[in-house]
Amino acid sequence: MPKCVIRNLGWVGYQEAFDLQREMVAQRRAGAIPDQLLIVEHPHVVTIGRNGRQENVLASVEAMARAGVTVHHTDRGGDVTYHGPGQVVGYPIVDLREWKRDVVAYVRALEQVIMDALADFGIAAGRIPGLTGVWTGERKIAAIGVHISRWVTSHGFALNVSTDLSYFRYIVPCGLTKPVTSMEAEGVACARDEVVAALARSFGRVFNREIESAAGAATEERVA
Amino acid sequence: MTDVVMPQMGESITEGTLTKWLKRPGEQVAQDEALFEISTDKVDTEIPSPAAGVLAEVLVEEGATVAINTVVARIDGESGAKAAPEATAGDTAPVPEAAEEEEEGEMVEAAEQSAPAETPAEQPAQAPEDEKAAPPPPAEGEPAGPLSPLVRRLAREHNIDLRQVKGTGAGGRITKADVEAYLASRAPAAAPAPPPAAPKEAPAPRVEAPPPAREAEPLPRPAPAKARVEPMSNMRQKIAEHMVFSKRTSAHVTTVHQCDMTKIARLRDSAKKSFQERYGFSLTYMPFVTRAAAQALREHPIVNASVEGTNILYHNEINIGVAVALENGLIVPVIRRADEMSIVGLQRAIVDLAHRARSRQLKPDEVQGGTFSITNFGSFGSLFATPVINQPQIGILGVGAVVKQPVVVDDAIAIRSMCYLALTFDHRLIDGALADQFTGRVRQILENWSEQAL
Repeated sequence: MPKCVIRNLGWVGYQEAFDLQREMVAQRRAGAIPDQLLIVEHPHVVTIGRNGRQENVLASVEAMARAGVTVHHTDRGGDVTYHGPGQVVGYPIVDLREWKRDVVAYVRALEQVIMDALADFGIAAGRIPGLTGVWTGERKIAAIGVHISRWVTSHGFALNVSTDLSYFRYIVPCGLTKPVTSMEAEGVACARDEVVAALARSFGRVFNREIESAAGAATEERVA
Repeated sequence: MTDVVMPQMGESITEGTLTKWLKRPGEQVAQDEALFEISTDKVDTEIPSPAAGVLAEVLVEEGATVAINTVVARIDGESGAKAAPEATAGDTAPVPEAAEEEEEGEMVEAAEQSAPAETPAEQPAQAPEDEKAAPPPPAEGEPAGPLSPLVRRLAREHNIDLRQVKGTGAGGRITKADVEAYLASRAPAAAPAPPPAAPKEAPAPRVEAPPPAREAEPLPRPAPAKARVEPMSNMRQKIAEHMVFSKRTSAHVTTVHQCDMTKIARLRDSAKKSFQERYGFSLTYMPFVTRAAAQALREHPIVNASVEGTNILYHNEINIGVAVALENGLIVPVIRRADEMSIVGLQRAIVDLAHRARSRQLKPDEVQGGTFSITNFGSFGSLFATPVINQPQIGILGVGAVVKQPVVVDDAIAIRSMCYLALTFDHRLIDGALADQFTGRVRQILENWSEQAL
């Protein structure tokens, strides 16, 4: 079974995480490292994807800056989203040539990973056809936005665990007017690490990868 | 020339949206260098250039969604002749839909593979120099399915929009017969401009005759939303909640009295200037109405009450809320013990509260504890309205605009300064008769204003 290294990096700034992904994508493409699953938590940030429309950012940059929210234009798919404390953000660096050369299948698989992990906590989550992401009822609990360069993935998903949902008011998440939710809002209080562990398990199952934890080595080795 | 096509990014994927050109026409591009980005279902993919050279032509605009294998650009390369054969020599049969190219090969090849896809069916072996003329760019508005070069040529010669043609071949594919049937069906209507110049097999010299360029109708960009979405501000949400809560709680009834404000108008006119000079703010009708209401409330304590379960709570203090319109909402600061204040004191309180409400400097307790409210919609020109009760109060008095009107006084027509007083009351606690006694009392005080001094 191919390996996937999970790196639970904790609190990482958006730009830092972006740079790290870029580096890992290059290494992954060169075959220097196996697949990776980076897990981070970002400070408040609003990111605008390639298809992002400025009108979906509702507050001015200044108003958000006052609230401690920075804005980044980034190269993932999808529209506008928010990251912040209480969210588990996962950035899988996967070479799809070694899985399936199918970007849509990849996105569906990410959804499956999150749905399976949520099931471990008794949250019934599902898909809404045409609306990428993971939903509990009509409420979005996890957002997905992916970038692929020569079949190597970057960016990924953001699962709201105990996110302060009021920050979503600055944006129209993904250009949709549907509400957002979190595990906490769905009545599940749990430790962040439990959620990460559940995600790692389901990631291994869905992608058929042997998950290897690089938690301890993460900091020294991350530039590898 | 190397054609650059929309690659297939997965088995089930039939089209992609070109989101961004990373190179401009005329720019040099290296093989494998990212050339454009496409987006499918929240996935953004960089597509590398299949060849080195100069980006000669961009055929698909940013924002357009096109079927896979559509030629999106052409690269004029020093190695123009090289890229195509390399693709043909790829690991699998050059059939674009065969997504079986699992084994190996870069995505670059996956993209390239599809480029010569149109060729094999009709044109067998071709002289190498013919490669430059390889597959013609698809006519604008081509259907998604694969098309044989013959069909393409027929379409071009007869200027047919292939989207209009129903395909009967495998998988809805358009065949030569379909095109001919379509031609026959439209024949009576409009004769095709130039009759087919060449017999079917004569290979038209395609190099010189590029298809009548792309018509100026690129695929529509996704239409901008017809509505703008904006979350309510906190204040708006609170107002919305409060209004609906009030309507659900109280049995709203509104009674309207006409009130002759002439005396007050005169008093106000005479004192206006000195008042402004002495106190630094102007004198309005509001302190008079507030004063009159406070007096009437003292006489009708049930209007200064609230409901608590099945109890009536009579408030000893008369704290009158005054609605202040803000830029994006409204707030009702409270004048405490309004019954103890003079006209000057009331006016000062109103000016101060309104000013601080607008600059958002009210303290929390200044908007709490009201026992009755007054709203002055007359200042916006309204004659009368039916205000919503400010819970948990039991009534709200709305004051309309004071306007000069002809009225009958002692059987003579006189010009008087009139306004409407609209009291919305909670019929749970107050009956119509009492509401009218109260409103009538306010009116009486105002009409017979006796204090000459402020």
